[in-house]
Amino acid sequence: MGSPFNIYMTGVGGQGIGLLAELLARAAAQAGLPTKGCDTHGLAQRGGIVSSHLRLGSGAHSPLVEAGRADLVVALERCEALRALRTMLAPAGLLLWYDASWQPLDVRLGRARAVETEDVFAEAAARGVTARRVFREDLDDPRRQNMALVADIAGAGLIPGIGLEHYRAALADLLDGSALAKNLAVLEGANP
Amino acid sequence: MKDLGAMLLGRAAFSELAIGNTALVRAMIEGGARVVTSYPGSPTPEIAEAIRAIPKDKRPFYFEFSTNEKVALEVAFGAAINGHSSVVFFKSVGLNVAADSFVQLALMRILGGMVVVLGDDPGANSSQNEQDNRHYARMAAIPVLEPATAQESYAMMLEAIAMARRTMSVVILRMTTHVCHAKELLHFSAWNDPPLDRAPRFDPDAANYIPLAASVAPLKREALARLERTRLEFERSPFNRVLSSSSRRGIIVAGTARLSLADCLEGVCGRPTVLELGTVFPLPRGLVRDFLAAHEEVKILEELDPVLELDIKALAYDAGLKTRIIGKVDPEELIGEYLPEKVRSILEATWPGLLGTTKASTVAAPAAIARPATLAAVSAPAILSAAALTALPARPPQLCPGCGHRSAFHAIKKALAGDDITVADIGCHTLGYLEPYRMGRVLLSMGHSTSTASGLSIFNESRKVLCFIGDSTFFHAGMPGIVNAVYNSHNVTLVVMENGTTAMTGHQDHPGAGRNFNGESPKIPVRQALEGLGVTNIREVDAYRQSELESLVRAAVAESGFKVVIARHPCMLKLTREARRKPGWTARRVTIDQESCSLARLCVADFGCPSFQRCGDGRIEVHKDLCIGDGSCKQVCPSTAIVDDKGGE
Repeated sequence: MGSPFNIYMTGVGGQGIGLLAELLARAAAQAGLPTKGCDTHGLAQRGGIVSSHLRLGSGAHSPLVEAGRADLVVALERCEALRALRTMLAPAGLLLWYDASWQPLDVRLGRARAVETEDVFAEAAARGVTARRVFREDLDDPRRQNMALVADIAGAGLIPGIGLEHYRAALADLLDGSALAKNLAVLEGANP
Repeated sequence: MKDLGAMLLGRAAFSELAIGNTALVRAMIEGGARVVTSYPGSPTPEIAEAIRAIPKDKRPFYFEFSTNEKVALEVAFGAAINGHSSVVFFKSVGLNVAADSFVQLALMRILGGMVVVLGDDPGANSSQNEQDNRHYARMAAIPVLEPATAQESYAMMLEAIAMARRTMSVVILRMTTHVCHAKELLHFSAWNDPPLDRAPRFDPDAANYIPLAASVAPLKREALARLERTRLEFERSPFNRVLSSSSRRGIIVAGTARLSLADCLEGVCGRPTVLELGTVFPLPRGLVRDFLAAHEEVKILEELDPVLELDIKALAYDAGLKTRIIGKVDPEELIGEYLPEKVRSILEATWPGLLGTTKASTVAAPAAIARPATLAAVSAPAILSAAALTALPARPPQLCPGCGHRSAFHAIKKALAGDDITVADIGCHTLGYLEPYRMGRVLLSMGHSTSTASGLSIFNESRKVLCFIGDSTFFHAGMPGIVNAVYNSHNVTLVVMENGTTAMTGHQDHPGAGRNFNGESPKIPVRQALEGLGVTNIREVDAYRQSELESLVRAAVAESGFKVVIARHPCMLKLTREARRKPGWTARRVTIDQESCSLARLCVADFGCPSFQRCGDGRIEVHKDLCIGDGSCKQVCPSTAIVDDKGGE
């Protein structure tokens, strides 16, 4: 394997990026890929930007993805999707985002314009990168938006070397009972 | 993985995906640590989370969260001079709190050995500064091991415990944020639960434990001799490695900068020789001298302060070496984390062309994603609209939906004049300094608020002085300032923001909670503690009762002397998480009755709950994913347009 596959995850504190990151890392380990990663902990979890880094394959030393070198950006929120598109995504990378909007303070105070879905597509197009939007009307619990992203990643095979069975096994490794059942249902939903 | 506790206690060797903080706990178990203490602070709380995963009766060591870092360090010290291997861990600035006792440790014969785990925070990810605690190591004559990876954290922790026991002294394991939280597949050794020796072995006749006047010099002499013996050991330590190459150029590197450097040098032709240092104090002088002598130019790559650099330059001077030593050139090299992009720019400035052009092509090569054909259809061909989005709005951390601090800030702001002075302390309530509250405008350290406010009150008859403190910080370091304010009659109003937990660091219990890490404990109510400290002017109210809190604060600041208002409300993040786990829980929300809404927008502009979102047409809506239905916002709306959402789902 050549250079590692770099994944940068981002969102707002409280959106469930912790489970998303842990799930992708475990799925990678299940698939036998060398795995390094690092999560944000601490202060930022209070409604600030949270991020998580994951590097798969050999040749990765730092657990952190270098700015502008993420092969895949996974964002849980629209404004943060655009931010990461600008700062973290590699020129030939892929942006995947869940189209929730948690307005930053300046937007709520009327001092800045809210980021719209079209803004993300437009900027991705201008930069020549692929943008992939996920939004599920049927989700009854916002805490499973992260799983809707994983379902899309699994369904479309967006991370090389990891298959649906690996995500499934990773989920079973992390959760049990009704939480597992509900998350599995979301995961399977995207894979008809 | 589901049962982290059982995994950590496993007797056989095993491998698991885990973070550096978790690795430390396995090392404590394997290494035979018997007493472990801490005060919560990022980046270290996950160490305690891993310990919590082991049921109390199965834990091979005693653990407590002490009231502050100094107390934690002293408890660990006491246990260690009784013969028990001990570990204390806390965040970077925690060492300032513990320093008074910490600087004495090298003078002591620490029978069981003691390890101080420091969670340094380059980049100040969750701290009020990014202090480099290697300076303390020199002052206190205590050796430092510094890992770069989670696997190395485990190995170095094992060695630190063994070395401390072997030398009957103290060893620092210096972790940094992205080592604590770095995740990888970790390989652990087998473990065979040795029996616990409970015998109290403290022997004040075998060594001198009273460093006073004339006895200091011999103790210091022994401490320095021990440090020199440690240096000789470090010369041969497997934690220091030379990554050979036949270059005239060398790099000496430590900590996470090692990993960033390795990333930058991946695939580079003509790379410099690299000396990776894992034992960062005392410097293995012989090893470094030989490395310098073998190269014409050596760059020292270390995060934060030039600690290695000054040592190495002095060493080269003493040895008469002609090697060109390149230390920190730009002040920016002293600031922030040595992320891969930072190390890349430093290397490019040091040796232009070193990283060459091969790098861009290596990295830009897409790692072969088999993109589905449908992808192209997903991209919408919209035009980038105007210049409105050139800069994205910042997203500072903020108080959670339902947070009692928000109600308190909203009410207290109304009770004060615009130029009155408010002093913050450390905790979630520090976030009150942000818009729209602007409450608590100066911050030094844990527990500083009452004393800083006292100073602000001197000669000050025109601007009222009000300060804040959280309940965990009250017990941590808040009390001496309060005693002083009572004792010296300072004209200050203190608002205790009591939420019943140590919220910011992940909801650890504190002495006012009625529970400690290990179970029920006598509750020390903040009010009783205040009364015991001699505070006579105390008012208290639930923070959600905003108009009552406002009038109490109004009354308090109008009186002279030291006054306390306790603004109490449980941490709603903790409460909501607990409630969600109970059967029959249903989501509650408020909504905005758009008919009654007068668009005064106090809910966003003054109250600032993140649940209120502004629509494109200027209307306000409640975000369904964020609102917890606590209703503390209703009293803010002048047209009573915020109502319970009966719609449900």
